[in-house]
Amino acid sequence: MSKVIKLKKGFNINLAGKATTQLAEHTPETVAIKFDDFPGLYRPKILVKEGDAVKAGSPLFFDKAMEKVIYAAPVSGEVVAVRRGEKRKPIEIVILCDKQTEYVEHRRFTVSEIANLSPEDALNHMVASGVWPQVIQRPYAIVANPDVAPKNIFISTFDTSPLAPDFEFVFKGQEQFFQVGVDVLRKVGKCEVHIGLNAAAEVSKIFGSVKNVQFHKFIGPHPAGNVGVQIHHIAPINKGDVVWTLHPYGVIQIGKLFLEGRYDASKTIALVGSEVKQPQYYKTVLGANISKLVAHNVKSDHVRYISGNVLVGQKITADGHMGFYDHMVTVIPEGDKPRFFLTEGWLAPIAKRLSFHRALGLLSFLNSSKKEYVLDTSTNGEERAFVATGTFEQVVPMDILPMHLIKAILANDYDGMEALGIYEVAEEDFALCEFIDVSKQPIQKIIREGINMMRES
Amino acid sequence: MNFLHHLLEKQRPLFEKGGKFERFYYVFEAAETFLFTPPSTTPARGAHIRDAIDLKRMMMTVVIAMLPCLLFGMWNAGHQHYLAIGQEADFMTKFLLGLQHTLPIILVAYASGGLVEVIFAIMRKHPINEGFLVTGMLIPLVMPITIPLWQVAVATIFAVLVAKEVFGGTGMNVLNVALTARAFLYFAYPTEISGSVWTYLGEGATTVDGYSGATALAIIAETSEALKSNFTPGAAVAALNNVSWAPGLFSFENLFWGAIPGSIGETSTLMCLIGAAILIATGVGSWKIILSVFAGAYLTGLLVNAVALNAYMDLPAHYHLVIGGLAFGAVFMATDPVSAAHTETGKWIYGFLIGFFTVVIRVFNPAYPEGIMLAILLMNVFAPLIDYYVVQANKNRRLSRATV
Repeated sequence: MSKVIKLKKGFNINLAGKATTQLAEHTPETVAIKFDDFPGLYRPKILVKEGDAVKAGSPLFFDKAMEKVIYAAPVSGEVVAVRRGEKRKPIEIVILCDKQTEYVEHRRFTVSEIANLSPEDALNHMVASGVWPQVIQRPYAIVANPDVAPKNIFISTFDTSPLAPDFEFVFKGQEQFFQVGVDVLRKVGKCEVHIGLNAAAEVSKIFGSVKNVQFHKFIGPHPAGNVGVQIHHIAPINKGDVVWTLHPYGVIQIGKLFLEGRYDASKTIALVGSEVKQPQYYKTVLGANISKLVAHNVKSDHVRYISGNVLVGQKITADGHMGFYDHMVTVIPEGDKPRFFLTEGWLAPIAKRLSFHRALGLLSFLNSSKKEYVLDTSTNGEERAFVATGTFEQVVPMDILPMHLIKAILANDYDGMEALGIYEVAEEDFALCEFIDVSKQPIQKIIREGINMMRES
Repeated sequence: MNFLHHLLEKQRPLFEKGGKFERFYYVFEAAETFLFTPPSTTPARGAHIRDAIDLKRMMMTVVIAMLPCLLFGMWNAGHQHYLAIGQEADFMTKFLLGLQHTLPIILVAYASGGLVEVIFAIMRKHPINEGFLVTGMLIPLVMPITIPLWQVAVATIFAVLVAKEVFGGTGMNVLNVALTARAFLYFAYPTEISGSVWTYLGEGATTVDGYSGATALAIIAETSEALKSNFTPGAAVAALNNVSWAPGLFSFENLFWGAIPGSIGETSTLMCLIGAAILIATGVGSWKIILSVFAGAYLTGLLVNAVALNAYMDLPAHYHLVIGGLAFGAVFMATDPVSAAHTETGKWIYGFLIGFFTVVIRVFNPAYPEGIMLAILLMNVFAPLIDYYVVQANKNRRLSRATV
């Protein structure tokens, strides 16, 4: 086992509404694939129209910039909507699920057959079956280009973000699929696979005994579980490098594709947050509609449904669909009430609203670290000009100057962005900056704009 | 309080696009966000929860940290007055006299600077920024109690206009705004901000025998000038201790305590340290800057001691920390996040050089008895350069990694 990498910078947000380790079934009526979940899409070509019947694994669309990578239907059923926005920009494809899922049947491989498979064949199998969009590349944090060989592959096996699902529970019993997924990735990428382990927890039953990988243990507050942070400390990305990153879910999906011959988009998600009556786990499917999940299970109707965690997720409606890469639904109260400055506003002492800072009246630092907070969606202040308070630096555990990188992006300074590390980062690595910012600036949006500028240059 | 919010919300259409007072929208916004934390919620993508802090709260923390200096300064203004005219007075009498002369200066500074802020917010269509809460309080604290009010107004307007708004407003300024106001007065109206202006005497008041309104800095500079190289070791401290009209006025203990002539808020090192404690405990002010200013001044003091060629160079290094405005400048001026160095390594260098230049200016430049003001302004100008090299080092680390 390798040595433990200790990260000091960061901040844990301890929210109320953690999932209990109970598992129920959630069979959605519809699922959707939303195009916004893939910020790297150039020009998607949609292959289905309303009324078409699809099987789980049937191609729905591909990107004209990467024609061989197909994006597959997660379930079998009928395409009920292909929604488009302005200038026919595709928004989402909605599928009405069959009662019994039918799969596109692929060839099944035994472990020895996989070992003898050529990298090219394995790659072609992956891109044509629907699992490939799980492979993310850095720089840019977009779906990887299968034609560019990576320098390394990274998998973080724990999530430090607020209310994150426990991977040991979610992926219980999937060890063999994970191992096969890793083996396929090593073959296809022709490089090392690096696994980030949580040094704060017990040795992982699922990930701790995987073979043919490099282990790296991390300990520290959020964002220690972010794969970007781990890459920075294992083998940082330099100009010209490409690395791949995967969620363990993606690795297991690849393993299932090869062993079972199916594109299996079922996933276990956590329904969490202070407004959920019964926070727990559900077995459902990628892109599931949440209406049956949250009906009669939330404490009030004035809540926000978030697909993903509270730091990087996206707002969805009570009958919306989960995002492609999300493994949790968080429900928190909306915070759209004005607050008088002396009683609850900027001059009042506040302990129940969490703060990274300790400025006048912000007393949350006095609370026990075990206290669980109920936080709403209030911005807690107005958007203001940037003030370089030097606090961003305290929540980015990388040798990156967050303020200067953000300034370089705002100034369209391409050389500056490159030199300050834009290739190494994704929005999620700066989510805490957005949380703690006094000026309430949309930091993650700025980072994505910077990434897009670099891609287009 | 809901009715108040409804009342405000009713006026909103008047200020929004197409409304009668559309151009005053940001005045409305400022008033509303002053009274109520806005009902705005986080966007659909990105962080859905936000920290409880906002800029108002942060700025308010700095204002609170300045209060010990302000209250002490009020008392001290009265104290110096009665000391000079040789009368006894109780605590409240002194305090109220100081209050009576300090309050107008504060009001004028807030009003004149606030007016410029509002006009620019309307013209430039940007929100009124809370940073002026701090600037408006800092300016009075670095003024002598006898400053004519019109000069406070002119200096504040000049500073806000030339040091801040022409650079694009809050967050864009290169120089510290409050110090620019002080520097403006220093060069435009030198007679009103140097010499014997530090004590309010009153019309036709008779002072005690041998009275001189000189500050410690001035006494040391004069002594040094008079003795040239024929000084005996310890001459500067002796000169401070020999103030005949008020024995013990410039003892080290009293310099630290701050019951001495000087600008309203800067005399007490003790009160500045209390302010520093608040800023550091709340994390609002950078401890690196505060510490490194003191360290820079002390080490430079030791350095000039070692080669002592005149009485000023011979002044014990620890005296440099308690005379003049060094403590106030280190705690409240140098830590201004906008004009200071932005990188963490840069802050050490920035602070240290402020301390260094303060002592250098004091000791080697008899034309300017106070060094901290010019040292901070100078380092404000150099802060981007310091940052440039620190950022460059970060870039180089990334580059060298790529070529290995």
